[in-house]
Amino acid sequence: MVSNQKRAVSRQQDFKNKVFTALIFSLTGLLLLVILWIFGQILIRGLGTISWEFLISNPLNSGRAGGIASILQTTAWVLLIAVTVTVPLGLATSLWLSEFKSVRLGAWVSKAIYILAGVPSIVYGLFGNTFFCLYLQLGYSILAGGLTLAAMILPYFIHTCLLGFNLVDNQWRLGAQALGLSKITFIVQILLPQAAPAVAAGLILSIGRATAETAALLFTSGFVDKTPESWLDSGRTLSVHIYDLALNITGGESGAYGTALVLIVLLFMINSLAHQLVVSKRNNRMDGMNG
Amino acid sequence: MILLRLNISWLWKNNRIFGSLLFGVTAWVCCLLIFIVGFVVQEAFPFFFSDRAWTFISTDWYPTDGWFGHVSMLVGSLLVTGIALIIAGPFGIAVAICIHFYLRGRLANILEFIFDILTGMPSVVLGLWGLTALVPVMSRWSPSGTHVLTAGIVLALMVVPTVIMTSLASFRLVPTNLRQAAQALQLSQATFIIRIAIPAAKSGLYSGIVLACVRAFGETMAVLMVAGNIAKMPKSIMDPVRTLTSNIALEMAYALDTHRASLYMSGLLLIACVTVLVFIQASIRTKDVAIGQ
Repeated sequence: MVSNQKRAVSRQQDFKNKVFTALIFSLTGLLLLVILWIFGQILIRGLGTISWEFLISNPLNSGRAGGIASILQTTAWVLLIAVTVTVPLGLATSLWLSEFKSVRLGAWVSKAIYILAGVPSIVYGLFGNTFFCLYLQLGYSILAGGLTLAAMILPYFIHTCLLGFNLVDNQWRLGAQALGLSKITFIVQILLPQAAPAVAAGLILSIGRATAETAALLFTSGFVDKTPESWLDSGRTLSVHIYDLALNITGGESGAYGTALVLIVLLFMINSLAHQLVVSKRNNRMDGMNG
Repeated sequence: MILLRLNISWLWKNNRIFGSLLFGVTAWVCCLLIFIVGFVVQEAFPFFFSDRAWTFISTDWYPTDGWFGHVSMLVGSLLVTGIALIIAGPFGIAVAICIHFYLRGRLANILEFIFDILTGMPSVVLGLWGLTALVPVMSRWSPSGTHVLTAGIVLALMVVPTVIMTSLASFRLVPTNLRQAAQALQLSQATFIIRIAIPAAKSGLYSGIVLACVRAFGETMAVLMVAGNIAKMPKSIMDPVRTLTSNIALEMAYALDTHRASLYMSGLLLIACVTVLVFIQASIRTKDVAIGQ
């Protein structure tokens, strides 16, 4: 009697377990199918458009024909400006937060950075439009777009750098102190080399985020699809090009898919590099702890 | 997440010059926030003092006739974000459970890699897919196919990798001895996950969803391309809708005077909402630390 009851309970448990497992796997499978649908669509439609010619020729007829050479060039310029501004500012801020901060001020600063990280990109676009384009009189230009993007990826870069610095064990700090090293020596000789992969990963991820960005650039770097001749020329990046082709230009769909494929391949390379850096670092650390 | 390491910097004799140099830069970075808010407020100022300022809390958006109602767009933003989270939450947590508890070795690594890469998916590409692939499918049920539900689905796809990665991270923090104890008690895998692992990882899961909420709320392009963009109060989830973010993106190009100022008001409203969300997330995190100690 008792054992029968027990068996019933365990059968019920077994059933619940199976239902739960099935649920988890079906949700995962469904999501993977949708993702497959997205990438299949982009790959099939994109491969139809893309060719060597597509990559090295300029857009014609507002993107319905021709390629994306000038747009790739603009994207590279914008990213270069964003990165050169972000790296020194971001490194300095994260070093201060990691090694110098006082508790109270530090809490305020990190809260400010969290809010900055959450500010929607379109608001960065509004800010860039007023401050860089109008107030500093840069107009719709690559420089204004790059600076706006720099402001946008800065909090993100700081956050990832901080995570990297936090992974450097306090043992190192105590050891350096015991040896009478100055803080600068510690930072330059120990902290930065140790955290280098994390900083690099943070930088790469920030570049990825900047490459993917559209909204912040709409009203700062503008829509012109010609090859930029200077920093002060307006130009469009890959994602703005996709947006414009998909929404504003009839018959621009195939061009949009071609550009989307280029953008995705680019981002895949960028992000998988960052993933490798982060994962290798994590594994190294685990090995260190075991040994 | 930032304050995990014990701060021992006070033990060290400070290098004044270097420290204050770094602090100077940090102060400038923080000024960026003040700058952003300051400039947006400054540009929104004409709207405060215009005689149409009261229309801000109406539901009618006819900028050429002097109606600047933001309520329908705020509702639109909230609705789209809500649907995105309702979809992305369960899916994200389920996938994280699958990767962490059910799959082993190579397959788990590959799935994690895929979703890690997908966190950087450009929203404009998702919007393009939504516009050309999902909208035709959705239009079988309702004529236009561009409405709240479509936008919610596209947004959900955009934020689901974020939910997965943060949930995965918090499941990793669940102590292994809990699992051993559950095994010793002969609990089934399902019972262990539902009764033990999820409650233990709860604050991490919440903070992941809040993070996803911030991203979804601030998203422009993906929503703009599939939501229909009609600035009216939606009556059902099959109605087209305009969000605060797409309102700015759509009209900024040609807006003048009060109209332009009202768009900066949209921006201000967005900043306010995000700030609230960030503080909510911060409070979740402090609770986590308290439990940890």
